Amino acid sequence: METLLENDIKPLTSKDFSTDQDVKWCPGCGDYSILKQAQTIFPELGVPKENLVFISGIGCSSRFTYYMDTFGVHSIHGRAAAIASGVKAANPDLSVWIVSGDGDSFSIGGNHFIHAMRKNFNFNYLVFNNQIYSLTKGQYSPTSEKGKVTKTTPYGSIEEPFNPSELALGAKASFVSRTLDRDPKHMQMVLKRADQFKGTSFVEIYQNCPVFNDAAFFAFSDKETKKEEAIFLEHGKPLIYGHNDEKGIKLDGLTPVIVNIAENGLADLWIHDEKDKTKANLLSRFFDTTFNGEDFPRPFGILYADERPVYDEGMTMQIEEIRSRKGRMPLNKILSGDNTWIIA
Amino acid sequence: MNTIGETLNNSSIGIEAESMVVRFSGDSGDGMQLTGMQFTDTAAFLGNDLSTFPDYPSEIRAPIGTVAGVSGFQVHFGSKEIYTPGDEFDVLVAMNAAALKVDLPRLKKGGVVIANISGFDKKNLGLAKYPETADPLEDGTLDNYILHKVDITKNTKECLAGTGLGTKEIERSKNMFVLGLLFWTFEKPLDHTIKFIEEKFAKKTEIADANIRTLRAGWNYGENTEIFNTRFKVTSAKMVSGVYRNITGNHATAIGLIAASDKSGLPLFLGSYPITPATDILHELSKYKANGVKTFQAEDEIAGVCSAIGASYTGQLAITTTSGPGLALKTEAIGLATMLEIPLVIVNVQRGGPSTGLPTKTEQADLLMAMHGRHGEAPLAVLAATSPSDCFNMAYEACRIAVEHMTPVILLTDGYIANGSEPWRFPNEDDLKPISVEFLGKPNGAEGEILPYKRNEKLVRPWIKPGTKGMEHRIGGLEKQDITGNVSYDPLNHETMVHLRAEKINKIADYIPELRPDTGNDKAKLLVLGWGSTYGAIKTAVREAIAEGYDVAHAHLRYINPFPKNLGDLLRGYDKVLIPEMNSGQLLQLIRAKYLIDAIGFSKVQGLPFTTTEMKAKIVELLK
Repeated sequence: METLLENDIKPLTSKDFSTDQDVKWCPGCGDYSILKQAQTIFPELGVPKENLVFISGIGCSSRFTYYMDTFGVHSIHGRAAAIASGVKAANPDLSVWIVSGDGDSFSIGGNHFIHAMRKNFNFNYLVFNNQIYSLTKGQYSPTSEKGKVTKTTPYGSIEEPFNPSELALGAKASFVSRTLDRDPKHMQMVLKRADQFKGTSFVEIYQNCPVFNDAAFFAFSDKETKKEEAIFLEHGKPLIYGHNDEKGIKLDGLTPVIVNIAENGLADLWIHDEKDKTKANLLSRFFDTTFNGEDFPRPFGILYADERPVYDEGMTMQIEEIRSRKGRMPLNKILSGDNTWIIA
Repeated sequence: MNTIGETLNNSSIGIEAESMVVRFSGDSGDGMQLTGMQFTDTAAFLGNDLSTFPDYPSEIRAPIGTVAGVSGFQVHFGSKEIYTPGDEFDVLVAMNAAALKVDLPRLKKGGVVIANISGFDKKNLGLAKYPETADPLEDGTLDNYILHKVDITKNTKECLAGTGLGTKEIERSKNMFVLGLLFWTFEKPLDHTIKFIEEKFAKKTEIADANIRTLRAGWNYGENTEIFNTRFKVTSAKMVSGVYRNITGNHATAIGLIAASDKSGLPLFLGSYPITPATDILHELSKYKANGVKTFQAEDEIAGVCSAIGASYTGQLAITTTSGPGLALKTEAIGLATMLEIPLVIVNVQRGGPSTGLPTKTEQADLLMAMHGRHGEAPLAVLAATSPSDCFNMAYEACRIAVEHMTPVILLTDGYIANGSEPWRFPNEDDLKPISVEFLGKPNGAEGEILPYKRNEKLVRPWIKPGTKGMEHRIGGLEKQDITGNVSYDPLNHETMVHLRAEKINKIADYIPELRPDTGNDKAKLLVLGWGSTYGAIKTAVREAIAEGYDVAHAHLRYINPFPKNLGDLLRGYDKVLIPEMNSGQLLQLIRAKYLIDAIGFSKVQGLPFTTTEMKAKIVELLK
């Protein structure tokens, strides 16, 4: 260990990622858990601390930046992805993390969200989804369920919510995942996978707002209901859930069917394949779609992950290719252009 | 030898002129812009000073033959110094009836009309909404002008008969016939255009041959047709000796940005969204990938500026380019850049507003938006270019100020100078002012802490690049505590920061030139104070007025925020101050408010630049 010390290489700990600023979220806010899990896994990522950049928008989620001892910009409402695009295009060596919320990304920043998915920069895009506007004290958000009663909808909202994973897939996302604040180990796994994935890694994090939308996701984490309401995906493993893992999901053509494993057996169950976009599209619809009248459990984990060329690398490669072919043009040549004349 | 113009037809009448204005006018699809530009390039090569004004509709292909679809290109060239594209034309090429209808009012009495007969048939007269019995080529409308009726369409067809080209291709070549005829009329050789055609259609030799053949046919038509007997000779201008090129404002802006990147050593990043009339800057910069220029066509105007903010944050020279509606969309993000105190250049190529307004027409109506158009008090530097080539200087200056003073800078140009062109005695890279850049590489606090908002003598905070070991820190749009940059809601701190941000911008005045009269003396009865693209019209008018004995001077602002330090003193040297603007008096408000001077406004908001005639008339009116 002596050589390590001589080179001043100390392994980082979660403390190295805490700042001296007081954390100002409400007591019981799900954001505390997200911060904790990030600070826990970041020392393990192997990214030099100075290369980490957090870019956030506006909302409770976006205060996150102030609490991570890395580089960071707490920017303006909805624009974190647009700013992060510039950061990553300018310096592809940085590890860039966008922190946003459901209002920030799906309402005011909706355009940047879909184009970020399409352009596929190699950055990570975390959306803390609490299905409510909290920083403005409780209005329905674009992910609030229809009929939601809030200060702006005292008689219930009349709008359908976005289904974020379906939206991301429709926008050509290459990595789509879901996790939740009350499952620390799962969240750590998903964050690590997002970091490892080359491309835009979209992580939807169900996050409880104890003040304005309490218990919105408890069904997916409470012991009583979790095993019936949630299904945890693992690549190469069959889709199994239920109190005693007694239920399985198989495909009848392209229609998902819930089966009793005791009767059906395991042999023809749907095997999760992260690279299968058709299946990912179906999984994303385990949200508000019923198939043959049956409700399906909400999937957590990596719904889809299939690498394709990333924007920042493409930009760099194109520049290098053209430079090697044409050579850098001297400034004097740019100033003169091709057609000049002399006046004596 | 390609030069056909060596044998002169002695029977033609030669008219020598000091300067001439030619207006090419036709349908959007008639190729008038290309024809005008080729004519311009040849004139420039032969040593004429010149100024151009492309004037086209916002529809790419408006209904053929209608007044709405008329596209014009105006060039003013001469043997004297030229500062404007000219008020009136000496020669009007009218490809159809609609073109004549639109442009005849600005043809000088006694001027020359070259009319394409095929464009004046019953159908075209109807499309141009001439009354049913009217025919301007025959009914005396043009009695006060020299009219040359040429069947350009028919001549082109005959010239290309048997070449195997389709009707469409043949139709498309008729602008070359016009160009050839004009070259004959002005005694200009064809070489330059022939070289251009050969290069442009290097892989389509049959098209190149057809164009060259038509070009020569146009020349020969002038040479051989008895009735076509007027020729003009405009000798070369006495310009400052040196090497010149022709350049448009948008092109000059683009290479000004590249030059600043090169001299500062900062990689160039442009985040932009296409918008008329600014898009050509994005087009141009996209060509320089070999020089490492990164152009990012963003999903919208907001993403354009935000991506630039991101790139600036990483330590690059970051630019966003736009026009009025885009600047409106970018304002919130520019407020963020003001708060973050990072360098950012915003180029606003102004057009007629509000809303979609007049996208292809010019205006200077975004000055107050550039000055004040943000929420909260968010001061930044504002510069304005005076002419096509000056766009280079001011783009370079915008970058220098942004980087050296850690601030957003708005550079105002407008459609008139962005699309217009002029000869430019371009600089050598060694003559460009250095741009100094510093990044903070280690903690700057006495206790080894990082203080992102600790300021230097210019009140400028340090630029800290992500990736710098040990310099991790957070910044954002919430109010900053002085020095530390931490979030602060302290009332007095906010007031301090508002003042510091303003004072930082005011201090830029120590690093820009003082204002001197461009023409005339430090004291006079009248000062004409302009800004931006009104330069040429004011300069020409003031020179003429001085020559006629009027006591007048001209000063021109290129630095608007902050103003040059001596501006107040300079203004007080004149009995009267006249401020002409292509808006309803925006600089006028700023000058009156700041210096308590009873300046007089002169406003034109027609989507068109001032003419020298109207400028001079105003000067004379005030001095009578």
